[in-house]
Amino acid sequence: MSDSLKELGGYIEAKRPDCVLAWDVTRGELNVDVAPANIEGLVEFLKSDQTCKFSTLVDITAVDYTGRAKRFDVVYHFLSMYQNHRIRLRVSVREEQMVSSICEIHPSANWFEREVFDMFGILFTGHPDLRRILTDYGFRGYPLRKDFPTTGYTEVRYDEVEKRVVYEPVSLVQEYRQFDFMSPWEGAEYILPGDEKDGTEKGTK
Amino acid sequence: MMDGSKGFDDALTGEQKIRNFNINFGPQHPAAHGVLRLVLELDGEIVERCDPHIGLLHRGTEKLMESRTYLQNLPYFDRLDYVAPMNQEHAWCLAIEKLTGVEVPRRASLIRVLYCEIGRVLNHILNITTQAMDVGAMTPLAWGFEEREKLMCFYERASGARLHAAYFRPGGVHQDLPDALIDDIEQWAHEFPAIIDDIGGLLTENRIFKQRNVDIGIVTEQDILDYGFSGVMVRGSGMAWDLRRAQPYECYDEFEFEIPIGKNGDCYDRYLCRMEEMRQSVSIIKQAVGKLREATGDVLARGKLTPPSRSDMKTSMESLIHHFKLYTEGFHVPAGEVYCPVEAPKGEFGVYLVADGSNKPYRSKIRAPGFLHLQAMDHMSKGHQLADVAAIIGTMDVVFGEIDR
Repeated sequence: MSDSLKELGGYIEAKRPDCVLAWDVTRGELNVDVAPANIEGLVEFLKSDQTCKFSTLVDITAVDYTGRAKRFDVVYHFLSMYQNHRIRLRVSVREEQMVSSICEIHPSANWFEREVFDMFGILFTGHPDLRRILTDYGFRGYPLRKDFPTTGYTEVRYDEVEKRVVYEPVSLVQEYRQFDFMSPWEGAEYILPGDEKDGTEKGTK
Repeated sequence: MMDGSKGFDDALTGEQKIRNFNINFGPQHPAAHGVLRLVLELDGEIVERCDPHIGLLHRGTEKLMESRTYLQNLPYFDRLDYVAPMNQEHAWCLAIEKLTGVEVPRRASLIRVLYCEIGRVLNHILNITTQAMDVGAMTPLAWGFEEREKLMCFYERASGARLHAAYFRPGGVHQDLPDALIDDIEQWAHEFPAIIDDIGGLLTENRIFKQRNVDIGIVTEQDILDYGFSGVMVRGSGMAWDLRRAQPYECYDEFEFEIPIGKNGDCYDRYLCRMEEMRQSVSIIKQAVGKLREATGDVLARGKLTPPSRSDMKTSMESLIHHFKLYTEGFHVPAGEVYCPVEAPKGEFGVYLVADGSNKPYRSKIRAPGFLHLQAMDHMSKGHQLADVAAIIGTMDVVFGEIDR
């Protein structure tokens, strides 16, 4: 399985050297890193080429790597029902960078791109209808970014007096529980009580 | 014509000139299968445009999962497609097992196959009968739900919960099945085909059912590719694509089953596919029961991912510590990313998991088949009558737990 994927990876790189930045086969899955400018061309190629024939778009999503200059990875999964193989494309983009939409090539990308826009705030150029999809009408912020709190900013309830649903800032009766499971022996991010006098830096003991 | 287009232009106001009629279908419509809001633009009875508004059941599962351990995240999967809960858990377990490289014991593997197929039957019963109700048949629903009840009892007897089982665990299944349960499942598998025949007798040659379903919502091979369909939506159109066969996972490669395919790709063919798939599932269940009688042994790969046995815990300090750490801190998964698809009853259900080496997933994306199916609603319902919208939603097999996540 992975031998044929390696062959395929080499084939794609040989055919489209301008698009492929790097590729590897890990855990039996083919990963290809793609330059943001070339994603449309490569997807088109993967769809039409007879050896690849990645005619089904399985998924588009993004991953937020905070602290990286190119903050987001937009991840595409494709499947070929004819050749029976899968591929994953990764595009690294900066926060304000736009990605070109692949709706023209795969109409099924429409909602996926809307979802990525909704959840991460990544804009897709050439998308026919880039609205929010899963969140509330009039929602603000991008929930799946790592700097968005899990509790959100607003909460809703039905107001008996006003006879309608009202939006209010979140007020928690109890602090949102985030447990720190890191044991003090393996690089805890804090100084244990009593260790201040030790003078050594945290985690270097 | 009521809009005054035929010779009444002296009394034509701006409002009357608007020909098309916009209606809201749902979110409280009984045929919307949950909380779906469709904005339909109608020209008389004909649908011109259909804009699904989803997200009314959005619970932020993917965000919640980022702050919980791998084990704590498992029950969220029951709540995605709550019609066939264990099939979803399966994808999550497979993803973790792929990253950690854990081998599942044979008995656990067989139990998983058994319960996945029970899930498939659960799903198909619900889908067929509710779709039939959308087009006017009441009785199949009552008959089908009686069977669903029995299957949920099997869920309960294995996991303690009728619906949100949390039974599949990374490394196996939570607890072993008692022999009596296996006997009862086999007994059920012998009785169930008669019920399928009964339901089929009500629907298959029913004139009204055929009038409402034949040639409605035709899916072509090009549509399948364009809109990323999977599952019965593909097989109904004559493509024999089934992940259980094409990219076997668990131990599906040792089971004998057939992949039913349709010919015309309309709602009726998809109904027939689902009926036949239930029969195939029953056959897999029978095979699994037979294999389970021979494969005795542990149902969990004992190690870091799974709790120690009760007797170990009572005698060994290390086991007790391990148990405590497992259920508080949880296990760590090596860094990496995987995509694990399973053939859920509705189509390809996949989990894209990015692990960073800690005890929580860095990112997990749930790929639900219904999301793509519903996306094609505009394409599929265009040119159909308003009443057909209900039939098409029914045949797409949408459940909002998984679409909105």
